[in-house]
Amino acid sequence: MQPFTTLTGVAAPLPLANVDTDKIIPARFLKTIKRSGLGVHLFDTLRFDENGAERPEFVLNQEPYRHAEILIAHENFGCGSSREHAPWALLDFGIRCVIAPDFADIFHTNTFKNGILPIKLPREICDQLMDDAKLGGNARITVDLAAQEVVRPNGERIKFEIDPFRKHLLLNGLDDIGQTLQHTPAIDGYEARQRAEKSWMPDISVS
Amino acid sequence: MARTLFDKVWDAHVVERLPDGTCVLYIDRHLVHEVTSPQAFEGLRMAGRKLRRPDAHIAVVDHNVATSDRRLPIAEPESRLQVETLEANVAEFGMPYFPLLDERQGIVHIIGPEQGLSLPGMTIVCGDSHTSTHGAMGALAFGIGTSEVEHVMATQTLLQRPAKNFLVEVNGALPVGCTAKDIVLAIIGKIGTAGGTGYVIEYAGDTIRALDMAGRMTVCNMSIEGGARAGMIAPDHVTFDYVRGKPFAPKGEALDRAIAYWKTLPADAGAVYDKHLAIDATTLAPMVTWGTNPEAVIAITGTVPDPAAEADEGKRAQLARMCEYMALTPGQKIADLPIDVVFIGSCTNGRIEDIRAAAAIAKGRHVAPGVRALVVAGSGLVKAQAESEGLDKILLDAGFEWREPGCSMCLGMNPDKLTPGQRSASTSNRNFEGRQGPGGRTHLVSPAMAAAAAVTGRLVDVRELN
Ligand code: SF4
Repeated sequence: MQPFTTLTGVAAPLPLANVDTDKIIPARFLKTIKRSGLGVHLFDTLRFDENGAERPEFVLNQEPYRHAEILIAHENFGCGSSREHAPWALLDFGIRCVIAPDFADIFHTNTFKNGILPIKLPREICDQLMDDAKLGGNARITVDLAAQEVVRPNGERIKFEIDPFRKHLLLNGLDDIGQTLQHTPAIDGYEARQRAEKSWMPDISVS
Repeated sequence: MARTLFDKVWDAHVVERLPDGTCVLYIDRHLVHEVTSPQAFEGLRMAGRKLRRPDAHIAVVDHNVATSDRRLPIAEPESRLQVETLEANVAEFGMPYFPLLDERQGIVHIIGPEQGLSLPGMTIVCGDSHTSTHGAMGALAFGIGTSEVEHVMATQTLLQRPAKNFLVEVNGALPVGCTAKDIVLAIIGKIGTAGGTGYVIEYAGDTIRALDMAGRMTVCNMSIEGGARAGMIAPDHVTFDYVRGKPFAPKGEALDRAIAYWKTLPADAGAVYDKHLAIDATTLAPMVTWGTNPEAVIAITGTVPDPAAEADEGKRAQLARMCEYMALTPGQKIADLPIDVVFIGSCTNGRIEDIRAAAAIAKGRHVAPGVRALVVAGSGLVKAQAESEGLDKILLDAGFEWREPGCSMCLGMNPDKLTPGQRSASTSNRNFEGRQGPGGRTHLVSPAMAAAAAVTGRLVDVRELN
């Protein structure tokens, strides 16, 4: 996983609440067995019309937002399904950070696993950043993960909260399976205890 | 300290608590389907890892499969590839699997409880948000993304932080015509699509207690639509009776020991919840969604809300967009709206009880002209049971289609889809734009309401037919 340290880039304003994962990537594009290549389908129905032509009014079809690395949205971003295709599509498009008042739980977890930083900030601040983003290419926003700060184009620094463990993994680009495998002796011990105490629990074998 | 049901199941699965509060949480059961697993298997392969515990997993194909003749190959190449990839992966990694032609095949959330693979007190995960269904067993069950799927495969654990506790109490006798689906739609209408974010919901109260396991699964299934990652119901004699005799469930003395443990799981007196909601079931009516998320729900006797009455600008725009997409006018009455398609099935309402409810309405009636009505059992065993009760015959005689098990028209990944502009009454769980096919318009309802819509050709109050 690519580490996330600091990012300075164009932010795309997406002033919508409850952006669901079907909107981020519709189900018909989930028939892939790969993680890559989904960026072309990001926000498919918002981005393209029935004939596959771009909808010029959609923000990601406009300059400079075609090159956006940050997305700013409203409440409950990423609600709906558990599909990790949603962060894969964002990442493949080039989005490394989403800022919103809050996120749906599974989507929130999924972003971290893919080196995307989800930042929760109060609605008023998201609205300020949304206004900054609307200024376009000259109004770049910086995200500094180590300092836990978003820097507005006017230089104002805004603090954000993040879980320390997730921050550590993201800053160092660590694979969390590798982290967990360091706890193998404890997992072995748990399993042995469970087999003794809950021996009623069935193992699965299918013939 | 007094603990909730969630607290107890959580505590029993903490392998290690890291200094910042993150826990290594042991996972007892992992359910796998073809859509969210290929990249996880690929990740294992690249890292040279194996399944830590093959006997804790069960795989099945459901999302991509056609619900027509099973002996024919899957026509759509990408769908076929996903199914074949799962088959190759389960063979390579030694994961238990119910193949497409096995009678036990079905929707992943139907087969877990049906096979006795989902049991009280377990931690259960799946790369699918409706894993919340299994919480009806008194398990902690939640959806995960593909990276976490790979994590469970490799380590049999997840890195998690505990959720907060949300108690939803439903009391009072359920009015005639109302079902578990109406209860959960009403709850989502009250808390909103993000009302449960960060929480595990425990459903309690005498109305919930009075539900059978199918109804409890319907309620827990839609917890995710209220933003909660999981929903749970304390196990009781209804749960134990359900488990008894299921193929993989413990038997005899082992079952006695299991039940003794399960009886310790309900919340202690005085357990503290972070959030509460009380619902008076006697005030409920059959519900129907009018908009494009499950919170946009009204009673069948209601009218489409007026966006202009909404103070918040963003919400106003969203409501207006919903009216436009759904081709509805503010203030319009929802009953009598003509529909094109009826879908009865999915992990929300694809169990035998749901098919019985639909057949009870269909009996002696006929699907309205111009309406296509599909009934899709949630599993091969549900289908067989329905056929042994003659329900297939009643439904076929009434002009319904009787199809092979799978996710079907719940989502637009297989051949069962809405075409642009078509309007459906559906027993599934999501009415997002394009969910049942691009441009499709979905109204979520209970199985009885869906069957009533099929035979009248419009959204109708099922109580008018009784
Ligand atoms: S029936 Fe629908 S919600 Fe349930 S698992 Fe299948 S696609 Fe998902």
